[in-house]
Parts: sequence; structure tokens; C-alpha cells
Amino acid sequence: MQAEQVEIAQFLAQHPPFDSLPSKAINELAQQVEVAYFRAHTDILLFGQDIADLYVIRSGSVEMYRRNGELDNRLTTAGIFGQMGLLMNRKVRFPAKALEDTLVYCINVELFNRYCDEFDSFADYFETDGNVRLHQAIVEQADGNDLTTAKVKSLIHRDVVTVNTDSTVQQVAQLMTDESVSSVLVTDSTKPINDDPEEDDGQVVGIITDKDLRTKVIAHGLAFDTPAHTIMSTNLVLLDANAYVFEAVLAMLRDNLHHLPVVQKRRPIGVISLSDILRYESQSSLLLVRGILAQQSIEDLTHYARQLPNVFVRMVNEDANSHMIGTAMAVIGRTFKQRLLVLAEEKYGPPPVAYCFIALGSMARDEQLIVTDQDNALILDDDYDDELHDTYFQNIADFVCDGLAQCGYTYCDGEIMASFKKWRKTRAQWFEQFAQWIELPKPQALLNSSIFFDLDGVWGKTKWADELKIFIAKQSKVNRVFLANMAANARNRTPPLGFFKGFVMEHNGQHKRSMNLKRRGTAPLSDVIRVHALAVGSRKQNSFERLEDIIEAKLLPQGKAQDLRDALEYIAMMRIRHQAWQIEQGEEPDNDLDPHLLSPFEQRNLKEAFAILEKAQSYLKFSYSANSGVK
Amino acid sequence: MAFKKQAMIDWATRYKNLLSGAQNDTIKRFYGAAFSDKFAAIKDVPFVAMDFETTGLDSTSDDIVSVGLIPFNLQRIYCKDSRHWVVRPRRNFNEGSIVIHGITHSEIDDAPDFNHIIEPLLQALSGKVVVVHYGAIERHFLNTALLLRLNEGINFALVDTMEIERKALKARQGLLGWLFNSKLGSLRLGDCRQRYSLPVYKNHNALTDALATAELLQAQLSHHYREDTPISQLWS
Repeated sequence: MQAEQVEIAQFLAQHPPFDSLPSKAINELAQQVEVAYFRAHTDILLFGQDIADLYVIRSGSVEMYRRNGELDNRLTTAGIFGQMGLLMNRKVRFPAKALEDTLVYCINVELFNRYCDEFDSFADYFETDGNVRLHQAIVEQADGNDLTTAKVKSLIHRDVVTVNTDSTVQQVAQLMTDESVSSVLVTDSTKPINDDPEEDDGQVVGIITDKDLRTKVIAHGLAFDTPAHTIMSTNLVLLDANAYVFEAVLAMLRDNLHHLPVVQKRRPIGVISLSDILRYESQSSLLLVRGILAQQSIEDLTHYARQLPNVFVRMVNEDANSHMIGTAMAVIGRTFKQRLLVLAEEKYGPPPVAYCFIALGSMARDEQLIVTDQDNALILDDDYDDELHDTYFQNIADFVCDGLAQCGYTYCDGEIMASFKKWRKTRAQWFEQFAQWIELPKPQALLNSSIFFDLDGVWGKTKWADELKIFIAKQSKVNRVFLANMAANARNRTPPLGFFKGFVMEHNGQHKRSMNLKRRGTAPLSDVIRVHALAVGSRKQNSFERLEDIIEAKLLPQGKAQDLRDALEYIAMMRIRHQAWQIEQGEEPDNDLDPHLLSPFEQRNLKEAFAILEKAQSYLKFSYSANSGVK
Repeated sequence: MAFKKQAMIDWATRYKNLLSGAQNDTIKRFYGAAFSDKFAAIKDVPFVAMDFETTGLDSTSDDIVSVGLIPFNLQRIYCKDSRHWVVRPRRNFNEGSIVIHGITHSEIDDAPDFNHIIEPLLQALSGKVVVVHYGAIERHFLNTALLLRLNEGINFALVDTMEIERKALKARQGLLGWLFNSKLGSLRLGDCRQRYSLPVYKNHNALTDALATAELLQAQLSHHYREDTPISQLWS
């Protein structure tokens, strides 16, 4: 006869994952547990020890450590530990120590496994632990929508086909027929190979497509021995291998192209064609971009911009991931700017000197959401003459900034807008400005200018923006004091977690008891990632793409960059869904979330994401101090 | 540990004498298998926590209503081997104003006589050191119950968590506290448990109290005793 353990059963029934079990199963579990008492400050589990139980804290508190002795987690009543060891090789992974006098219930591994088999909810809880569990949550989200989240590199199924510049057009046509491709890249074997692997472009100088053979060779009756270089297109629009299929479609639409070389760094690894990706077309946001380009006046644009929230909600409902939504919103924002600049140039005439309109901050990072302000600036040609040209550029900038404000992109509080004269600089002045920021860093000045380290050319001589990016990447990498300053600034905004890993709420205005997911979550995460990206000389602006570079450079301990990616994705999606929900409720979208509206599962994942940020910030402290060497 | 030494009972000799005087086979087997190594370190001793619910405090006129048992050692308490019996008292306890925890009257009406659980009870206690909170009750009631049914009583080594707590409190109180007659603190099971941050249990059936007692001893031993302390310092 087995005796009922009422106290234990009642306790288990109140806490996840046991609360999801039928009461019969809870009672059986209560009858099977073993109880153990640990005095404060004594070891419960030592690293590498055999482990045969899952531990549930009945009372007291327990600290878990990483192998390097770093505190990993602090658990209290109903906290569960030991699952990592059980799921791995039954050796303790995270040593545990009683922080206070602690009573634990031990559930034997056979019983644990049987319950995992019998009860899905129970198994799901343990599927994975900690960061791995968060990763799992994201992977599950992504599973349902691989069409919308596919990257262009996944569409490349063959090596790039190349011809030399002096091949004849007939040879080109024969090769294309043999290889069954509709385009080839043209390489120039005399072009010097760049020493810098970042700059290695594989000597590619152009592209020839089926259409070129038709329109340039046959239609003009050119000889079959015409050299390839005379008919190739040299104005290559390249696509990064990590770009989403969605971005490829946008690029093709924008520039009316049917073939895009895909590059890793700058080296082509393949070509994707419109037919490759037609099936991936994501409708709503593309239609919006097309629509923007068709609007003929600010009034029309303003009117059109009202659709933006609906497009945003639709993308969320289509299960797009945060990178995709951020990219789509940024492309849309960029398109608005481009359209406004076209209208401005129509109104004020062609520019007296060449210029480049640049986007800064979240739009440059392709992480723009629905609630955003405009951050932008102008790069002017070095021939710029203040007396002669200032009025023109003031007019243009005012036109664009006012137009953006009417379209819903509020003015920047920090006055970082092209309409302020101080942010219209010549190329030389911009180089000088960045050199000053990087070589003579002042913490306060950097705090206000970190936004400039995410920049992207939107219109005009976008090449100048790329030059600046390269300059920044090369300079910051070797400038330890600058990195230390950026790292210190990146630790300013802490995640909303309390000492015992509870949520810390803020009281701001009518949003009583909420957390700001941007200020306390995605923004500091982007800050942390930016520092690492600058340290490895990455030229990427998007946080996820920066993380790819950081992983490749092996800057961080194994898995840390992946953890950051998962944390960013989770918090960003939380923020995105929160805003989509508000829009659907007819509310003004914001970043303030009351965590109690979340399920316990979401709360736990969110806490884990914040904990990753917390750890990443403390990691910055010792890895980028101005005195110590930077890896 | 720093508590005052007291005369220790040599349970090895005691069990030998008890065995030689015993008639009943069940009791003989119990004595024969009794844990009697007085030098055993407490970390190696198999314990069993025991709690009775009774109709009153007088073992000569009151009866056992339920028995809870749970085996454990210094490391673990084994719920899967715990036992809980409800037995029918000799007199109808509906007559009295007796509060029995967690047991309904119909359960009692359907329950067997104590006679039926003597065998499994002694079997479960066999080879283990019995742990109770306030030893007099269990020791006297079990002795009386067996005397009534087998014409033969029983005795066994006991570790009393109340006694351990009293000593610990006295040690803490110190000489000055004793001189000025400062309060020792409550020795009730729940109050003792609180001193070790053990959870508050609302149920008080015999099994829950046995579990509570087992947890208390684990806590007391880890706070006040080295794990190689010989068991002879604890039992009586």
C-alpha cells in the first residue's frame, strides 16, 4: 500500500510544469519523490558529478554556477534544476549551491523520463534549458514560415558561372547553353586581386544575361566574335548572401533587374534570377513600396502612409520574423525618403553639387518598427560652397524632414536631422568628424553620436556612405579607447530584471507598471552588438548580420553570439507583437509592455532573454576596459 | 557537538536481553534485526520517522487511530517507501470530542484493528532507528498496543527530534540565559521546523507529521552535528 503525500502533491500542483499534470499523476509523483535538506552555503551538486535526479526547490534558494565559476542563475521556491545534466550525459553541468537553508524534492531520472514520455506539456517544459530553451522557442516560431524567412544563399544551388572579358559572345552563349543558366558573370583576369579579403571581389567586373544577348548582340547584328566585355552590364547590384529572399525581390523591383549576383563579403558565390524567387514574393509590403514610388505629391504620400500600420500588422500575422519586418519597414522608410527627394528635386531643381542622403540608427540597421523617429543627415560633395549652396540643401532637407513627419516619422528629439546645418557636412568634414569621434573619444560626445555608427546611404551618391562605413570599420577596430568608451555607453541601459530575476517595472505616465522593451531590451542589445561589430571591423549595419560577422571572427566565447541573436529576436518579436496588437485594438502603438499579460512560458523566455543581455553587458565590462588588451 | 554528555544506553546489550526474553516470533524477528551499532556514524544510519495519531494522550485509555512511517537517511527521505495505516480504535471515538487529522469517520469505521498492522509495521521498522518528535507517545502507545494484543510489550531505540531541539536551544541559551531564566523557545514540531526554514505544513495526518519529523532531523543534524557523530549520542 502506498501512502498519499498530501503536502508534496499540493505543492507540486501549484507550480509548473507539474500544474499541467492530471492530479493522479501529481499524486504518484509526490509518492515517489525523495526529499533532501541542504544547509545554507553547502554544495548540492558538484560539476561533473553523476546526477540521477531532477531537483525541485520546496523552500530556500539555490545558486547555479557556470563551469568558470560565474553565477548563472539564482532559483527560489519552485525553481527547478538538474535537467541539463539529465538531458546531456547524466553529469552535472551547472554546479548548485544552497544560498539559504533549502529543502528540495528529487525526482528520479527514470520517473522523469517516463513523465516526459507520457505528458507532452511536461516534456515541452524540459525540452531544453535556459538559452537553449529560448532558442527552441524561436526555432519553433520560425518553423512555420520558412518561405518568408529564407535567405538568398539558400536559393543558390550551383557554383557561379563565369567567362573572361575577352571571351566571344558566341562562347558566352555556348557556355550558358551548356550550363543551362540565364546569366554569367564576367571576370577580368588582369584586374589586381585585392589583398584585403574584405575587398576580394573575385575579379568580377560585369554580368551578361540572356536579355543582353538578345538586345545588344542579335538586335544590333553584332559579330559572334564580339568580346564579352563590350556587351556586359558593369553597374552591378550585389546582394549579400545573408539577405532575405524578400530583400532580393525588393532590389529587383527597385532597379528593374532580373538577375542579382549574390556575394559573400564582396566575392560572388552565385546569381539568383527573378524566376528563382518569384514563389517567395511577399505581397503586401511590396505593393506598398510600389505604391510609394507612384505618389506624385506630399499630400498623396501622406495619405498613402496611413496604410503602413496595416502592412505592419499583416506582416506580423504572416509570421514574419523580426529581421524581415525590420527590413521591410526600413525599405519602406527608405522608399519614402527617396520619393520625397525626387519630389524635392523637382521642386527646387537639380542639386548644384552631388550629395548623399543618409539614414542613421534603426533605419540604417534595418531594424525599424512602426513607432520610430527620423534620424538622417547629408553628405555633400567637397566642391560644396556654403554661400552658394546652403539655401538649396536647407530647402531640400526641410522638404524631406517635414514630409517624413507628415508621413508619421516624428522629428528626432536629438536634432539629428539633415534640416540642421551641423548635420550637413562635406565628405572631408564627415571623415574628420568620425576620426575625431574614434581617435579622441569623449564618453558624452559618443553617447550622443552612437547613432552615427549605424549609417546607410539612401539617395544620391550612396557610395560615399559606403566609404564612411569602411573608414569606421577600419579605424574603430584598432582603437581600443574608443571601443572601451562605446562599451561603457552600451552598459548604460540595463535590462528590467531584479536581483532575484523578477521583472522590474517602471512607472511612466499612464503606463503604470510596464517595461520599455526598446529602451530596456532591443536598444541596449543593439548597443552591445555594435561594440562587438566595431571590434571585429564589421561593415554590416544590421544587428543580426553583425552577429554573423562576430561569430565568424570568433570574438565571443562559443555560443554567446548565438545567445545574443536569440535574445534580440525574442525581445524584438515581443515588441513587434505588442505593437501589432495595439494597432489592432485601435490604440497608439508604443514600447511599454506589462509582463503580466504574458503567459508564464513567455515570461520565462523573456526573462531569459533579458538575462542574456545582462550577462552580455557585464562581459563588455571586462573585455573592453581601456587598459586591457582587446582580443 | 557541544551539548552536555548524558548516560548512554547500550542498545546492543539491551536488544540482546530483549530478544532472549521475547516469546512472539514477530517481536523476536524485530529484535534480531534491530540496528544496534552504537559506533555507526549518523551519515550511515538508516532511520525511519514515525508518527501516531491517537484518541488522546493516555496510552492506557486512549488508542492509536493512524500510523505514518517514512524511511530516510542523512541524505534523502524516501517517499516511495512511506506507509500510512488507519486503524479502528477500541472505543467508538465519535463519542469523544476528538479531532483526528485528515481521516473521516467512515474511514475509521472501515479500518482494521491494530492487530492487522503489527506484522507490516514491525517489518517496516526493522533494522532502522526510529525517529519521532516527542518520543513518549509513540513508545508508550506501541508498547501498550502490543501488550493488549500479544501479551508482550516492545521497546526500541528512539531518536527524539524534540529532545535534540531542546538541547540545541539550551546550548544557544547558554549559562547566562539559564541563570536569568530566559525563554527557551517553543518545541512544537512546526515551530522547530521554522528555525531551519522548513516549509509550513497545513496537513497533520500521521504521514505528513512523519515526513515533517524526518525533514526536521535532517536539518538538525546538518546544523548541529558532524556527519561522523556516532548514533549513540542521539538515541535513547
